[in-house]
Amino acid sequence: MDITFLLNGETVVLNGVAPTTTLLDWLREERGLTGTKEGCNEGDCGACTVMVTDESGPRALNACILFLPQLHGRAVRTVEGVSGPDGTLHPVQQAMVEHHGSQCGFCTPGFIMSMATAHARGATDHDDQLAGNLCRCTGYAPIIRAARSAEGTPVPEWMADEVPGSTPPAPTASGPWMPASTDELATIYAAHPEAVLVAGATDVGLWVTKALRELDEVIFLGRCDDLKAVEVTEASIRFGAMVDMNTVRATLAPLFPSYGEMIRRYGSTQVRNAATIGGNIANGSPIGDNPPALIALGATLHLRKGEIRRDLPIEDYFLDYGKQDRAPGEFVEAVTIPRQTDRLKCYKLSKRFDQDISAVCGCFNVTIEDGTVRAARIAFGGMAGVPKRAAAVEAALVGQPWTEATVAAAQAAFDHDFTPMSDMRASAGYRLASAKAMLARYLAEDMGEGASVLEVRA
Amino acid sequence: MSVASSLPHDAARLHVTGAARYIDDIPTPKGCLHLAFGMSPVARGRITAMDLDAVRAAPGVVAVLTAEDMPFENDVSPSNHDEPLLAEGEVFYVGQPVFAVVAASHLAARKAAKLGQVNYEELEAILTVDQAMAANSRFEEGPRVYSKGDAAAALAKAPQVIEGSFEIGGQEHFYLEGQAALALPQEGGDMVVMSSTQHPTEIQHKVAEALGVPMHGVRVETRRMGGGFGGKESQGNHLAVACAVAARATGKPCKMRYDRDDDMVITGKRHDFRVTYRAGIDAEGRVLAVDFVHYARCGWAQDLSLPVADRAMLHADNAYLLDNIRIESHRLKTHTQSATAYRGFGGPQGMIGIERVMDHAAHVLGMDPVELRRRNYYAEAADGGPSAPRSAAPTPPEDILDPRKHVEYASRGSVSEVSQPGVPAAPKGAQTTPYGMEVEDFILHGLTDRLLETSDYAARRAAVAEWNASHRLVKKGIAFSPVKFGISFTLTHLNQAGALVHVYQDGSVHLNHGGTEMGQGLFQKVAQVAAARFGIGLEMVKITATDTGKVPNTSATAASSGSDLNGMAVKAACDTIRDRIAAFLAEQHQSEPAEVRFEGGRVHVGSESYAFAEAVERAYVGRVSLSATGYYKTPKVAWDRIKGQGRPFFYFAYGAAVTEVAVDVLTGENRILRADVLHDAGASLNPALDIGQVEGGYVQGAGWLTTEELVWDGKGRLRTHAPSTYKIPACSDRPEVFNVALWDGANREETIYRSKAVGEPPFMLGISAFLALSDAVAACGPHYPALNAPATAEEVWRAIGRARDGV
Repeated sequence: MDITFLLNGETVVLNGVAPTTTLLDWLREERGLTGTKEGCNEGDCGACTVMVTDESGPRALNACILFLPQLHGRAVRTVEGVSGPDGTLHPVQQAMVEHHGSQCGFCTPGFIMSMATAHARGATDHDDQLAGNLCRCTGYAPIIRAARSAEGTPVPEWMADEVPGSTPPAPTASGPWMPASTDELATIYAAHPEAVLVAGATDVGLWVTKALRELDEVIFLGRCDDLKAVEVTEASIRFGAMVDMNTVRATLAPLFPSYGEMIRRYGSTQVRNAATIGGNIANGSPIGDNPPALIALGATLHLRKGEIRRDLPIEDYFLDYGKQDRAPGEFVEAVTIPRQTDRLKCYKLSKRFDQDISAVCGCFNVTIEDGTVRAARIAFGGMAGVPKRAAAVEAALVGQPWTEATVAAAQAAFDHDFTPMSDMRASAGYRLASAKAMLARYLAEDMGEGASVLEVRA
Repeated sequence: MSVASSLPHDAARLHVTGAARYIDDIPTPKGCLHLAFGMSPVARGRITAMDLDAVRAAPGVVAVLTAEDMPFENDVSPSNHDEPLLAEGEVFYVGQPVFAVVAASHLAARKAAKLGQVNYEELEAILTVDQAMAANSRFEEGPRVYSKGDAAAALAKAPQVIEGSFEIGGQEHFYLEGQAALALPQEGGDMVVMSSTQHPTEIQHKVAEALGVPMHGVRVETRRMGGGFGGKESQGNHLAVACAVAARATGKPCKMRYDRDDDMVITGKRHDFRVTYRAGIDAEGRVLAVDFVHYARCGWAQDLSLPVADRAMLHADNAYLLDNIRIESHRLKTHTQSATAYRGFGGPQGMIGIERVMDHAAHVLGMDPVELRRRNYYAEAADGGPSAPRSAAPTPPEDILDPRKHVEYASRGSVSEVSQPGVPAAPKGAQTTPYGMEVEDFILHGLTDRLLETSDYAARRAAVAEWNASHRLVKKGIAFSPVKFGISFTLTHLNQAGALVHVYQDGSVHLNHGGTEMGQGLFQKVAQVAAARFGIGLEMVKITATDTGKVPNTSATAASSGSDLNGMAVKAACDTIRDRIAAFLAEQHQSEPAEVRFEGGRVHVGSESYAFAEAVERAYVGRVSLSATGYYKTPKVAWDRIKGQGRPFFYFAYGAAVTEVAVDVLTGENRILRADVLHDAGASLNPALDIGQVEGGYVQGAGWLTTEELVWDGKGRLRTHAPSTYKIPACSDRPEVFNVALWDGANREETIYRSKAVGEPPFMLGISAFLALSDAVAACGPHYPALNAPATAEEVWRAIGRARDGV
């Protein structure tokens, strides 16, 4: 595949790149730009963070799970391209020096890139901006001091990147493909149903870097702009499959604040910039965080194969562990959430608050009228081989008075709905007990009792 | 003056621009090859067949090495030669290197390594403390026991006895830069090795053994590590030796770096411990007797486990004068990664044992835990001034000098190989530790007073109680914990260091010493010492990579000793040159050398004053040597680890912390809300760097005790082998309110500018977070929470159940 992008302000043209060469390996091994570090090679430590600018502005991304073709038509900036041509430090670099924000220095380039990107975007929610950058030396305090002190300083003029934009690379018969529209994608995928679809590569990236898989046929979705549409109407919110999770967060936070808060803790800034809502649904993981929330909201999934489209309630998509209701050549085109009065609460339980995969993700949408439960949609991730509705619990609630006694009775029904497993994230017993506790929390919060340690201050 | 200034890290500008080079960033000569290990998938077994044809045939593969291909020693142990680089017919843990692939690229080597067909006859593995105890699977002949007074008799007489047992999880170092080495073959069979190591001399030694050459045939260089934390004291041996052997075999430069998952699966971690205790207490909260049993899971090879377990015993008293104490330590051999050095080196595990006792006692007595602790403190040092010098330590035993033994003398692992010197007893009537060392420098009374005041402890404790009385679903907890940490290598002969200083004709200074830079700021601190000795600016001092060809026979940069040892060695070297220049100039000016002053970038002699460079130029023309080595050995230390008697430490470093937490009663989710820390770095060489160590140490210590959980399955497979599953603190996990200050006292011992070591001690301040969680859980019910570490949300949830319902 032939691609073009800007690297630290210079045009790079690459011919015949392998579809799964990562930006990190290319930078370090081919380009000799070793400032960008490999810390984990799976997008969890942020040492490889780079700034990638497209029409929507600059974003921080993990270079270790970013394939070169994904950069086509974009502008990349690495730590080598953050200081001025005369060596003048960027304000965040200067602040990191002054505030002693580096010790061993290995994570520092990644921090610099996250900080420089946040700085360019005017973001000051530093804990969230930097949740995807691990530092083992400093305890983060001096890094946050540095980030705060650089707030509001002007963005250096040398950071301005003209996004090259470009026509997609010429298609070839055997791929890899980079369709420019959903229609084109539908045609190619129907003809090559064994191909791997690459959306943000936060999952597929690990197939390559960790499982060391060779991917024969690859379709990159990044150029399907019509798959990135967000439509908010009075009736519904429709996300195209390629809408990234930070956009999902920004869209949903005002409508369903608890969903927004859950996405704040989902992955990290870098991961959410790459990860897509369609990918999170399509891969069918039992521990993805969107599906339980979408099930609780009664979302509809839109699938497409060639010219044939079909809709299904999202919970019906997840058939069994590793098995989804998706035919070869069929792909997730969009998901629609019906507008409704916000009764949704999402409880994400993980070993670490930020950037951790859920042990249990419980999403509750319970409608109360006159003190009685009129409707309940409750779904969980991490409790079964699929994202799963708590049908027995819902049944135990509906029609009952909205009281502790009802909740206590409904808690017993969890044993009918779920037989969770024990793994490195949590034991089965804890999963089940936590799921039950989340229902009690939902009631308590409904009754005005604050119950989150994240909201408590010293 | 450069000393005591809060200067940035010497490489700060290089860090923030991405220009700082780590091993994998060094440009390699053409044809550089890359290595990866094929690893054992079983915890214990015999290799019955090994078919590596597919590996050899894989794209890019140049060579495949097995144990049989090792030309000389096949050993990477830092202690007793029990750790083959490549398995010799048997495997002892999941992840043990069995063969090494040498290929044209890192990726090609990794891919090929997956293609090995190795058959194993699986044998029953010993994985847990209970299994190891049942099988009597251990290092050393039996448990070590240190004691003072008569714990059994005192327990029998005590008004009240509390007892318990708790688990203390291990910890992955998670240095951001994984292990890495690069071997560059030289003419005549010599080898240069670039290694991400805290211990270049040991790398040199192990590589020399593996290549069958004297140590002079190997030169090891380390400019910096991307974090070490103890994980690069011995765990880099594998990569360096493998690369050197492959480079010898192929004649090509060879590089190896572990993928993160491989790194976590192959390398050792902090020892997990079970600690059981029985303590006799009186109604006033005095601890009359304690009987501890330590069970340390050491993994399959000895590595540094003996001194780690020793140091745990040496910190079983922490800050408390205990008249009757017995500590029994089992060093258990299991079929898991060989546990290794990790910041604190056993100290944290020992210390949390006695802090647990204090916590438990306060709970049982309903006393304020701080007051109870103070009642048990050692007595404050009388004056705080420098102590009178005592007799020098005895010389090392003769057999150290016997070159015929292949002992890792430069390793802490050689403790069992070195005979014990006689040790002088503490003076009669002195307050002593359980191992007979007089505590002369105790400052925690004053330090505690100040911290309680600055942290507003009393009022906040009342506020926490008030919160808990009115909140059902979120409980708060607050706790104080002190640290007294012994400074010195317990293997006495390692307490030595060397330096090499050149002054060039233009007055610029080339500085080298045996310490390694892993982020702690050692190079900058030592450069500050050099600049201060010559009275010049830091810009005149070039800090250079640690190099076994410049300073030989170095000890690991470990045990917090870096600045203490290397700072003094550099001072000695600088002073030698300075004295030569002074003598020369004094003679020229009919003045006294002692009256020549080096300050403000100038040298003052008589009524004359020269720019430093001019003085140097004159000295050069006057044929004065401007190059010198410096050497330092720590005074006063002498230790018999078998008897558990002596003075293993030159001095103690102190600190204390108050931490407040919130706990979710429904799920056990928990969060640190605020931490206040006051830490003793003596007269700090660089307060900013020291505060950095304290902040970072606290967060790392709190991580160890909260979210960082290592999980092995029933087959001995580590399930948490990547940051996706092993959770070190992230940005928002640091205390939201984080007040860190240094205690402004000088070290009463004569250390470099009266500073104190600061690498490890603050790690243990994180214990206050664990105790605060225990405090919050205790608000959920009448029973003692008996919290285990790490206090993950799940463990806190279980403890809430225990607090409510009893065990």
